[in-house]
Amino acid sequence: MQPCYLGIDVGSVSTNVVVISATGEILSSLYLRTHGQPIQAIKEGLRQTMAALPGDVEIAGAGTTGSGRTLAGAIIGADIIKNEITAHAVASRQEVPDVQTILEIGGQDSKIIILRQGVVTDFAMNTVCAAGTGSFLDQQAARLGIPIEHFGDLALKSRNPVRIAGRCTVFAESDMIHKQQMGHNTEDIIGGLCEALVRNYLNNVAKGKEILPPIVFQGGVAANAGIRAAFAKALGQEIIVPRHFAVMGALGAALLARDYVAKHPGTRFKGFEVSEEDYQARSFICQGCSNLCEIVNIEADGQLIARWGSRCGKWDTLGE
Amino acid sequence: MKKVSFAHMGYSYLGFKQLVEDMGFEAIVPANPSPATLDLGVQYAPEFACIPFKTVLGTYLEVLNRGAEMIITSGGVGPCRAGLYGLLHEKILRNLGYNFELFIFDPPLTGLGPFFWKLRRVLKEARLSWLAFIDVVRRAWAKLKLLDELEQMATVTRPYEIKRGATTRAFNQCLEIIDRARSSKEIAAAREECRQLLQSVPRDEERRPLRIGIVGEIYVLLEPFMNLDIEKTLGEMGVITKRSIYLTNYTTTDVLAHGTEDIRQIAHPYLNQFVGGHGQSSVGETILYARNGFDGVIQLAPFTCIPEIVAKSILPRVSRDFNIPVLSLTIDEQTGRAGVETRLEAFVDLLRQRREQMEARSNAALLPGY
Repeated sequence: MQPCYLGIDVGSVSTNVVVISATGEILSSLYLRTHGQPIQAIKEGLRQTMAALPGDVEIAGAGTTGSGRTLAGAIIGADIIKNEITAHAVASRQEVPDVQTILEIGGQDSKIIILRQGVVTDFAMNTVCAAGTGSFLDQQAARLGIPIEHFGDLALKSRNPVRIAGRCTVFAESDMIHKQQMGHNTEDIIGGLCEALVRNYLNNVAKGKEILPPIVFQGGVAANAGIRAAFAKALGQEIIVPRHFAVMGALGAALLARDYVAKHPGTRFKGFEVSEEDYQARSFICQGCSNLCEIVNIEADGQLIARWGSRCGKWDTLGE
Repeated sequence: MKKVSFAHMGYSYLGFKQLVEDMGFEAIVPANPSPATLDLGVQYAPEFACIPFKTVLGTYLEVLNRGAEMIITSGGVGPCRAGLYGLLHEKILRNLGYNFELFIFDPPLTGLGPFFWKLRRVLKEARLSWLAFIDVVRRAWAKLKLLDELEQMATVTRPYEIKRGATTRAFNQCLEIIDRARSSKEIAAAREECRQLLQSVPRDEERRPLRIGIVGEIYVLLEPFMNLDIEKTLGEMGVITKRSIYLTNYTTTDVLAHGTEDIRQIAHPYLNQFVGGHGQSSVGETILYARNGFDGVIQLAPFTCIPEIVAKSILPRVSRDFNIPVLSLTIDEQTGRAGVETRLEAFVDLLRQRREQMEARSNAALLPGY
């Protein structure tokens, strides 16, 4: 049996599942849409991963990351539950060992991670606006009637990208409509949109950070050639997109799980069969005090497997 | 008996409750702000008012619905618009048809006359002599000081606790003990009891927690509901936090005096003027934390808070010059818990890695309990 490690990244837009070997080679990788139903996405991801794996594979450790990491961790029985920043940094370091800057644009979050000598020294995430993220591009592509897959190639055809206000999605959208009404062609508008998104990212997320090469660009949006070109132009640097750019979070989680299990032997992973179980989340408002916390219970086949949400800790222990 | 209420800010409600009751009023103690409070405030507040405005408005609506007839609150000064919030709150509430008295106490140094006259009116209503009032204030003050002391004690205990949540449970017990204590003697006894309670939380002294300084706007700093329990969250991740603002020290330095001069002087090379609120302090305190060997600083700012935006744009330079990581968090009714937790966790990971790297470099072990 070959010991392997499972990593799951449950984000707001996508859910990714990766299985790596002990050397960090990816054996299986999966990119699914979360569609607002993380439990379904996790189950589906596990099911497909199990089908894709060769028979001699044994999961020796499992890790989760992403905004749904706690939920995913409770369902699969993760050994380590880590935030996206750390997971991304770990994955990037494996792909490009001397990386100094990581640009990451996902569905709802965009982030920049600064590493020096292999250690994260600084990071930032978008705080008050999601203008510079994948969902916004998705939405605009849909509005223009262009499949998102062709979006980047069209942007590259632009000779004269129009300047679009990229401060915030609402402004960007209305400015874009204005530019359309003025008669600009679609390529130039899309080209302009890519530049606006990159400008927004550099001004609001990467603000004040020293962007040194090698620069790695990852997350779902890295598939977009238009954004890649806009970054290269704005930074005047080569932009490296790693092979597994879309599943770097899951890869990081798997790597973290591998390192964790090496130090703390014995995995808590419940096995792929958990995808067969029936999960339910129930919530109630605790009336114990005036905080009125919303307590969430996660049940598997009627059995309580996890609970969170209380501020005082009253409900933290299972079986109370 | 007149029903009197006040704004909710952290645990200070215990002190204010006593103050109001000892003055002979019936206290309508505002409940901890909840999502419902915020919804209520958001409904009637201007959209781009900051989150303290909205939460306080929600709190006022809640206490007025419970029958409060008088609200006592503090004003503000300087370029920060919080100085006008009391007036705006009053206008909104009157437009909604509420009938009540509102006393806004601006810091006495901005105008001793109005402060004195307002206080006189309140005392007249309470039928309280000045002498009796001084005694009442003294005891409420002792209570507030005790609350601040225990809050600080809890933050230094939490990272060491063996059973997660034990400190918070002890602290909540302390709040009940403090609430019962009334006379100076009782408050002194409560202090002993609470200190013992917190000291008796089983600790693992082997741990070496990180130290993070917290700077920013006072309301989001003091109200756990607003900052998503940042001190508890960080504490349970193994971090000792230190706030730059505790109510009693803030009152002595900034309300009753013109601020701690040194903080402003420290901030001076980066921000040489008072920008309202706590903007200048946020810069100065970050420098001070760096000098005192803290591992990192977190800035908490309400969305659209101008003083904190000014500070935020300066902090990257401070961070570089003093080699201390700074994380800025913007708080709004749109703020999601998952996002905040991710950032805090990542920040703590970063600080740990950084410390390990620095230790490996200097190859010298730090003292336990650092």
